[in-house]
Amino acid sequence: MTHIPSDVALQRRQELRTGAFARYKRMLEIRLVEDRIVELGREGNVDGTAHTCQGHEAVSVGIGAATNVDDYVACTYRGHGHALALGVTPEAVIAEVLGRPSGCAGGLGGSMHLTSRAAGLLPTFAIVGGGIPVACGVGLSAQVRGTDQIGVSIFGDGAANIGAFHESLNLAAVWKLPTVFIIENNLYGEYSAIGNTTPIADLADRAGSYGMPGAVVDGQDVDAVLDSVTTAVERARSGSGPSLLEMKTYRYIGHSHSDPAKYQPAEELAAWKERDPLLVAEAKLVEQGVPTSDIDQARTEILAELDEISKRIVEEAKPDRSAMFNHVFAGEGN
Amino acid sequence: MAKLRMNQAISRALADEMRADDTVIVLGEDVGRAGGVFKTSEGLLDEFGPLRVRDTPISEMGFIGAALGAAATGLRPVAEIMFVEFLGVALDQLVTEAAKFNYLSAGEFPVPMVVRASCGAGIGYGCQHSQTLEGWFVNTPGLKVAVASGPKSAYGILRAAIRDDNPVVVLEPRVLYGLREEFDTTEAAVELGRAYFRSRGDDVTLVSLGQGVRIAAAAAESASWSADVIDLSTLVPWDVATVMESVQHTGRLVLVEENCRSGGWGADIAAEIGERAFGQLRAPICRITAPDVPVPAGRDLEKWFVPTPEYVAAQVSELIATDRVPASWWEVPA
Repeated sequence: MTHIPSDVALQRRQELRTGAFARYKRMLEIRLVEDRIVELGREGNVDGTAHTCQGHEAVSVGIGAATNVDDYVACTYRGHGHALALGVTPEAVIAEVLGRPSGCAGGLGGSMHLTSRAAGLLPTFAIVGGGIPVACGVGLSAQVRGTDQIGVSIFGDGAANIGAFHESLNLAAVWKLPTVFIIENNLYGEYSAIGNTTPIADLADRAGSYGMPGAVVDGQDVDAVLDSVTTAVERARSGSGPSLLEMKTYRYIGHSHSDPAKYQPAEELAAWKERDPLLVAEAKLVEQGVPTSDIDQARTEILAELDEISKRIVEEAKPDRSAMFNHVFAGEGN
Repeated sequence: MAKLRMNQAISRALADEMRADDTVIVLGEDVGRAGGVFKTSEGLLDEFGPLRVRDTPISEMGFIGAALGAAATGLRPVAEIMFVEFLGVALDQLVTEAAKFNYLSAGEFPVPMVVRASCGAGIGYGCQHSQTLEGWFVNTPGLKVAVASGPKSAYGILRAAIRDDNPVVVLEPRVLYGLREEFDTTEAAVELGRAYFRSRGDDVTLVSLGQGVRIAAAAAESASWSADVIDLSTLVPWDVATVMESVQHTGRLVLVEENCRSGGWGADIAAEIGERAFGQLRAPICRITAPDVPVPAGRDLEKWFVPTPEYVAAQVSELIATDRVPASWWEVPA
């Protein structure tokens, strides 16, 4: 059974609205899952590669908290954190990355193609910019059907230079589509520093050219992410059209498993690590009186769960070769 | 019964579908206010309004991706591509994304979208507006491809494509848009994946698509030999059983293609039937095609590009007389 059940996704999503500690725990879960996936990769348990998102956790959780399960999100191959924030379980994510039948795509998608209708996650996109027009389509569908659903497109700074970005923003604005475009600017498009590929520093400045409001956001602060996305979501739901948000963030890891990220200068990495979204959130929790023992316990519990999950998944049989013939076409007994 | 031009038949099919199902929408360049540059969506904006009939900007990547997103989330969009060449910039959305969504989502996100595109030579539009390009769509499982051969065919194919839960590319040879045919819309149903006999005979099987079907039928009409003329109708998946049934009867297979020889759709048919019917063939499989050149401008040169009924008839006569595939006209010294 690979599909995430609706009640599981809904419950995991709604948890994010119960308070700061819940959001912190989800960010911690994302960090620990991603670290575990890197470990499993080093052990040779991941075929292909994986693009993990350590450092981006506040962006994922802020978006998850600001949106509903019946909104649809198009995001990228660096999508494990978004999947977890939207409501996909750690088990389904890890199993998919390891190519097992219990993965959310039955093991046929792999790391770059996580998916869950119940969580509102469109199959994640491995082509840079591939999902941006698709989010416009989600908005179009909601507009025609008269619902208050929205389409959310999450993509990197590199994608802000691809044609699909420009076409999509223009289209969403001229049709006033209920969409929110969110850039995760981590300063690197694969191995290239943004200064070498892009003549402007704040990508949100492009919003005006496309007839929509834009905002630069501190992507390491989950509260800032939540507030800004909420504003954009409300604008979209009200029929006023799209927005462009630029989350300033950073990845504490290479582009993919095979990338040691030598192009990230040591001082730059260190400075961004001081603004680790987990540390930023922890400081606020402590200020609000949450005992550090609770924080430590959360970590212990998640690690224990991950140990159990990883063990089961590594021992799970890979799909039978007949599985590759499933779902090529819809209907007609595929 | 109605006597309709092919473009009118297409408008009629769209209207009939949109009346029956309010999730069907139409989008494309100049499809609304202008009724389509080839008048294939006349009257739709008046009847169904601007929510469901959308004039897009010149943004194929954007609106094909939007069609995908809308199809994945509750609508049945029909996107028009003015000239099939314009799909080039949007191939990612169609071939890499739409064709794989159902697979990647383990069946949770089927994509009931249609992309209609005018195609083909015969009007003197020059090499960037005269190709058929079905080759762009055939080697990518998850996509269906059908080609209209006249008004009744266009009507039936389009309605079947809209009802299909998979992404379907419908190619419409624009040289046929003005062609009239009298037919009953209630008796024009087409099953995708099924080929249709235009005529029955004993000496040879002529298989074609699009404008080639009329060319083949005309060639057979005044010939001394008799032919099974088959309109493949759907290219992906094509009806192997019907072609085999015919070839087992006639022992000779000829593909009539308006496209360039190398890598044309006929090569796949030829290889498949060659394998299955090898012992039953009286002659080698023969492909009658256009030469491997871009479509030349000007009516005179263009007439040499697309196989004519006279040329087809002469080639088939020689095949039957000699049991050898005759040289193409360009291989014979002038």
